[in-house]
Amino acid sequence: MIEWLSFVVISAGVFFFIAGTVGLIRFPDAYSRLHAITKADTLGLGLVIFGLIMQADSLRNVIVMLSIWLLMMASAATACQLLARYQQQSDKEMQRDD
Amino acid sequence: MTDWLFDGVLVSLLLALAIASIFTKHLFNSIMLYIAFGLLLAITWARLGAVDLALAEAAIGAGITGVLLLSAYAQSNSDNDQLQKRQMPWLAFAFLILILIWLIQAVWSLAGHSTTLIDLSQQALPESGVSHPTTAVLLNFRAWDTLLELGVLLLAFLGARQLAIQPYKLPTSWPLLTVWSQILAPIIVVVGGYILWRGTSAPGGAFQAGALLAAGAILLRLTQIIPPLSWHSLWLRGLVLMGVSLFILVAAATAFWGDAWLQYPLAFNGLLIFSIEIAATLSIAATLTWLVVGERRTLHP
Amino acid sequence: MTAIQLYLCLGVSLWVLGSLGLLLAKNFIRRIININISGNGVFMVMVALASREETIDPVLQALVVTGLVVAVCATAFALRLSVAYAQSKQVSER
Repeated sequence: MIEWLSFVVISAGVFFFIAGTVGLIRFPDAYSRLHAITKADTLGLGLVIFGLIMQADSLRNVIVMLSIWLLMMASAATACQLLARYQQQSDKEMQRDD
Repeated sequence: MTDWLFDGVLVSLLLALAIASIFTKHLFNSIMLYIAFGLLLAITWARLGAVDLALAEAAIGAGITGVLLLSAYAQSNSDNDQLQKRQMPWLAFAFLILILIWLIQAVWSLAGHSTTLIDLSQQALPESGVSHPTTAVLLNFRAWDTLLELGVLLLAFLGARQLAIQPYKLPTSWPLLTVWSQILAPIIVVVGGYILWRGTSAPGGAFQAGALLAAGAILLRLTQIIPPLSWHSLWLRGLVLMGVSLFILVAAATAFWGDAWLQYPLAFNGLLIFSIEIAATLSIAATLTWLVVGERRTLHP
Repeated sequence: MTAIQLYLCLGVSLWVLGSLGLLLAKNFIRRIININISGNGVFMVMVALASREETIDPVLQALVVTGLVVAVCATAFALRLSVAYAQSKQVSER
């Protein structure tokens, strides 16, 4: 039973990863691409890790996986804001040049 | 079946990234693709059972090399960074295809051979002072290699120090990034220490820990939390020279009082290996950090 | 064809690809990237050979760990040289 549940959750996570990748390729500008890819990073990875936690055999593994998820989320949030800020700056410079 | 699927995807991704990185038009894209290539390489090492290497590659191959390439790209501000379309040297192309076929033939049969080195290293492992085979090879059986490698590190450092490079202005750091680096720095120190300590019994060790610490220090320098690294600071000098000097000291002591160069006495080998590892970790971290974000003087003042 | 042979072939192909890139590229940074790709091909051959048996060969793996650090040192020095060259050229053109 729990294996099936974990399978479903991991599949949902993989779906978010694929959706994020499609968004990264297909969306027109940097902001919407960032929007797509951060969904994949946080929700996709979160669901995959949640699914794996259901199958974990020790508390140690659970804690390790949870801390990986937390670190990834914080790094992804920082990196996303940095990229968006850079894009905003270069947009402003473009407008000034026009 | 799933093994083959994984291998197939990994191999085709690596090949595609390598080809794209070589032939893409803009240098910036080429650097980005190479960083992605390095990350996938780390996964490949883990797949091939080389966890030590995967740890080192994730920090060095993808992290530090990426920062190095990007900062070199920013500093050389080359306006003609596009791939100049040279005429395809067909002769060289044909020659390389021949070499490829020849090499594949040469390595094909190697997969079936076996070496006696594995048995030898397994037998000698109890006497080495550590229980992880790779660390035993690095710091006991083939300690000369590691000593010379630290020498290469020092030479690269001295060479790079001779070249004056125009400084580039770091952008003012942004609060969120500063805060996140401040949170990340202690975590990196703890993880680096853990990897170093773990190296005696499991994958990990001086190089991985040093690379990780260097990555943390580079992050702190790029967000301007720590001041510029200057060669005039005695701390930096001490850290850079510590690894090689302790190693040479141990080598000379074992030659003088013991049996031979770097032949550790059995009673102390665990302790000696661990102290050399600590010194080497700090040296590697300091040297790599300096190589990436070291002091830069103006070219023509 | 076993997995080890697959990775051996991949290593050889990466080496040849890097060499081809080295022949084609003119930009210094590009050349350094291509040399690194070649070097990674050599590492891959060594790592694949290290894990061809049940117990992994620690000697080959340790050599690659050493090689990785030497490679990043050489890359750092080469990039320094290329930046210094590019900047001195800019100064002399001015």
